[in-house]
Amino acid sequence: MSHRSESETVATAKNVTDNVMIKFDGVGKSFGDNEVLKQLDFTVAPGEFVTLIGPSGSGKTTILRLLMTLEKVTTGTIEVAGNYLSHMEKGGKLVPADDAHMRETRKRIGMVFQQFNLFPNMNVLRNITEAPIRTLGKPREEAEARGRELLEMVGLSEKVDARPTQLSGGQQQRVAIARALAMEPDVLLLDEVTSALDPELVTGVLHLLKDIAKTTDITFLCVTHEMQFARNVSDRVMMFDSGQVIEDAAPEKLFTSPDHERTKEFLHAVLNRE
Amino acid sequence: MDVWDWDKAFAAIPPILEGLLVTLQITVLGSLVAYVLGLILAIVRRSRIPVVDQILWALIELIRSTPLLIQIFVLFYVIQPAMGLQLSPFATGVIALGLHYACYTSEVYRAGIDAIPPGQWEAATALSLPRSRVWTGVILPQAIPRVVPALGNYTISMFKEVPLLLAIGVAEIVARAEEQGTSDYRYVEVYTMAGLAFLLLSFPAAILVRRLERRVAQK
Repeated sequence: MSHRSESETVATAKNVTDNVMIKFDGVGKSFGDNEVLKQLDFTVAPGEFVTLIGPSGSGKTTILRLLMTLEKVTTGTIEVAGNYLSHMEKGGKLVPADDAHMRETRKRIGMVFQQFNLFPNMNVLRNITEAPIRTLGKPREEAEARGRELLEMVGLSEKVDARPTQLSGGQQQRVAIARALAMEPDVLLLDEVTSALDPELVTGVLHLLKDIAKTTDITFLCVTHEMQFARNVSDRVMMFDSGQVIEDAAPEKLFTSPDHERTKEFLHAVLNRE
Repeated sequence: MDVWDWDKAFAAIPPILEGLLVTLQITVLGSLVAYVLGLILAIVRRSRIPVVDQILWALIELIRSTPLLIQIFVLFYVIQPAMGLQLSPFATGVIALGLHYACYTSEVYRAGIDAIPPGQWEAATALSLPRSRVWTGVILPQAIPRVVPALGNYTISMFKEVPLLLAIGVAEIVARAEEQGTSDYRYVEVYTMAGLAFLLLSFPAAILVRRLERRVAQK
């Protein structure tokens, strides 16, 4: 298959499924005997901000890792913008995706990690421009101009030449956010992005994310323990327990009058700790 | 007859220096082979390609479990004639030492690569960086500085093993010293001077490597 016909398929597929950006269809994931996700079905609309909450080990982070192709599904399928992510169509059949297919589909997806994961051997600007240049093939000048814009947006213009190790955790996470945005993703995955930060640095990063969510049409899937943030910024909140979604509702509803007993217990425990 | 004859000792210096030059050339070239081949081995083995991986594993174990001297003989007197070629003793020495040490440097690289946090690979995947760029742009620039001291140690070790090549007629330090000694069957001075030549280079090199180790550990 030529590169061209592949991208044409992408374009048409996107038009057909305009109202669905992410689709999990019967997704199961096991690590050995440990079943982390069970028959998971849900969709996320384009531009929607969906937060996943629930106890540790409930499978929230696994969902993000599956979307980023850092893990492979055991059963079921995942679609992003109408394209299979972990599978591909071959001769009318659905087969596990090869590397090239996954690389192509996941270009639409960005991820911000708990531990930032900046490249310590590159300065701040190169961290941001590396993928636009190497993955998307953008000219260096264009990528650098955009990189400087993004650094200004995250409030770190003066750190262009700094090394990641010279920055605070909050600053590193801002760079990581800028790095993800530089790829112009349709979907941005936030994996406990403030959990590794000192308490006084958390608010700034959350404000920044809120601004980005409000001013772009990026689809967000967010795993967090910051309940106030989840409540303020989310369009929808999904409560996870033992690998299943046990409640899926608007934040006002879920945080004030949840239907499920397990949700009440969880929120009680988390909010009292805060 | 004196136990130690200074004239004999001084007379040994010029041939030893000539031998030293050959020894250094072999060490530098052999190290280059070991550095490059070891890196290739480490990267290929990390990809865990079936069959290829088993073959490489067997080859590495074979080389690590047999004496270097035997490997030199086999390469020079068995493998080359079997393949219908005859390289010079010098070239054979470079290949034998390079191959031998590549099996050790590949382990050094492997440890260096394994020490890179998984988050670095994951970030590279999240950015869809091409596979080759992940290695050249992200992983190796972080892994290689950490393993430089260990590579340096293997170079020092290789330098001291070059004399084994006298078995196939390479005119390195010990071969030249021996030649000098044979003229009047006095070996004390020539071998002592040869040993001194190794000491004068190995010792400062070892100190340098230890300093590097400390600098890397501080980072």
